[in-house]
Amino acid sequence: MTTNGSQPARSGVEVRLEDLRRSYGTTTALDGLTLTLAPGELVALLGPSGCGKTTALRLLAGLEEADGGRVIIAGEDVTNVPANRRDIGMVFQAYSLFPHMTARQNVEFGLQLHDVDGAERRERAREVLELVGLAAHANKYAHQMSGGQQQRVALARALAIRPKVLLLDEPLSALDAKVRSRLRDEIRRVQLEVGITTLFVTHDQEEALAIADRVGVMQAGRLEQLGPPTEIYSRPATPFVAEFVGLTNRIPGEVKFGGVEVRGTQLPLVQSDVKNGPVIALVRPEAVTLASEGDASHGLLVGTVIAVAFLGATSRVTVDLGDIIVLAQMPTSAAAEHPAGTKVRLTLRPDPVLIQREEATAVRA
Amino acid sequence: MSRQRRTRLQIFRAVVFIVMGSFFLIPIGAMFEFSTRGNSVTAPRNLDAWQNIVKTPELADAITASLELAAITTIAMLVLLLPTLVWVRLRFPGLKRVLEFVCLIPLTVPAIALVVGMVPIYRWLNINLSDSILTLAFAYLILVLPYAFRALDAGLSAIDLKTLSEAARSLGAGWGTVMLRVVVPNMSTAILNASLLAVALVLGEFTFANLLAYENLQVAINYVGLVDAGTSIAVAVASLVFAFALLLILSYFGRRQAPLAKAEEADFQLSQTVGLSGGLIGRAR
Repeated sequence: MTTNGSQPARSGVEVRLEDLRRSYGTTTALDGLTLTLAPGELVALLGPSGCGKTTALRLLAGLEEADGGRVIIAGEDVTNVPANRRDIGMVFQAYSLFPHMTARQNVEFGLQLHDVDGAERRERAREVLELVGLAAHANKYAHQMSGGQQQRVALARALAIRPKVLLLDEPLSALDAKVRSRLRDEIRRVQLEVGITTLFVTHDQEEALAIADRVGVMQAGRLEQLGPPTEIYSRPATPFVAEFVGLTNRIPGEVKFGGVEVRGTQLPLVQSDVKNGPVIALVRPEAVTLASEGDASHGLLVGTVIAVAFLGATSRVTVDLGDIIVLAQMPTSAAAEHPAGTKVRLTLRPDPVLIQREEATAVRA
Repeated sequence: MSRQRRTRLQIFRAVVFIVMGSFFLIPIGAMFEFSTRGNSVTAPRNLDAWQNIVKTPELADAITASLELAAITTIAMLVLLLPTLVWVRLRFPGLKRVLEFVCLIPLTVPAIALVVGMVPIYRWLNINLSDSILTLAFAYLILVLPYAFRALDAGLSAIDLKTLSEAARSLGAGWGTVMLRVVVPNMSTAILNASLLAVALVLGEFTFANLLAYENLQVAINYVGLVDAGTSIAVAVASLVFAFALLLILSYFGRRQAPLAKAEEADFQLSQTVGLSGGLIGRAR
């Protein structure tokens, strides 16, 4: 480990996971995962519990051994290198600060193991604690800090050793909502500032979409789709991705003339080569617009507003169409025109939609 | 909590404290009183019995041997048990029940049966290796296993061993560093507890030593008691005071080092320890 100077080379390295496999007994946790992280990129692995995302991260960390496949960090095959010599930094879901050490001692622990001595060690510990905004708390023990502060120290500790890769294993899931979103942005800021290649594992789609350069949605040990957050959200490749990322209305319809007819509206299809017949169309709440009942130019679907959920800038309106319930999301000002109990006309915006055959069972989180 | 309830609780505590305190202190006080009596009913009180402790070479040797045995057994127990427990928890969690069962076996087998089983081994040891009293440490290691296991296991349960060790490993620590710099400092209370249990058990041990024909502290007290009751009681009181002194030291360190969240756990373990070392009174006649 080189310790020259206080300004390190802060360019990320490429990380490749090649055909990684891992099973526990009869359960396959990872079924041939291949993923390349570009230097300095933050990739979020998103999926329900048991989808293999954490296994992927642990294999990359060296905390578990792969049954097959390779892990390559900066061009070097580290598949058989133990965790303590892989040069990774890791932040865990559970609070992982050493309870018998102060924040500064926690940070210095890794530096000692990397033979960074005296003055430089203190300087670097101060530097990273400042980076995460905790310089004033350097002498506190874990039990004297809040959960968010502990996770920030854990981040500082992971970064202090200047690892090649940063691994974040659901670091925010133990925190309450407000702290979570603030720390999420903080992690992204620090990651960009340091320029370190980062793998972020989460089951929270909002977190993944907000923070990542690319999001990989996983299911049953495989990568369902990998792409920038906007693409994952607006052009989901599979029904699973559509349902897992964001809210989705499942509305019965029928495929004909190369599109899908849903309640009298013809919508284009994402998939091609779909046989005619009854299907379930997956429609995003923001593709549903509402108008007052008297406005006959706004489509034929009439329903009753049964609830309005205020989400801040937007609101989510629940409309009962008689046989099904449809969610519509819109600016709060627009939603204010349709309080609960009023009749509304409902229009589906002609965005391309994914469809599911009725008999296909939906996989849910 | 209302003031009335708090007062009642305090009264309850005081009563328990007094009852338990007298349960411990009255016999010890009586022993001390007995040890200061002279040789006849009319003789004035004196400390001859206490002076005899150092003047009787057999007794002094036995005390040294027992202290050495206590130290060896404790160290061997920690070196053997702690890494094993950590390893099983991290790598073979399925074996935890098996390990627990094995460690608790000595508790279910009467000491006399254990000794009978060990006699051939000790005969072989005496002939081929050494007939030093310190070889008793092997037998004592088995004797303290159940208690030490319980204490250390409770300590390990109180920390998130998996996350802490993985965090340390990701920071570059090998297994040795994980043990010495992460595991041990975070369960210092449990280690102190286990050590104290081992020391208390070894210092109070009579059956093994007596039947295997070694002269440890309790055996020596027994012999001395046959000729000089006062001195044997004086030694017994001294060994009890020694055990209580250890307990106080433990409680001091336990409180100082245990992080706030673990303080209650430490109290619980300490109370278990106190209960067990009370057994010393029964043994030290």
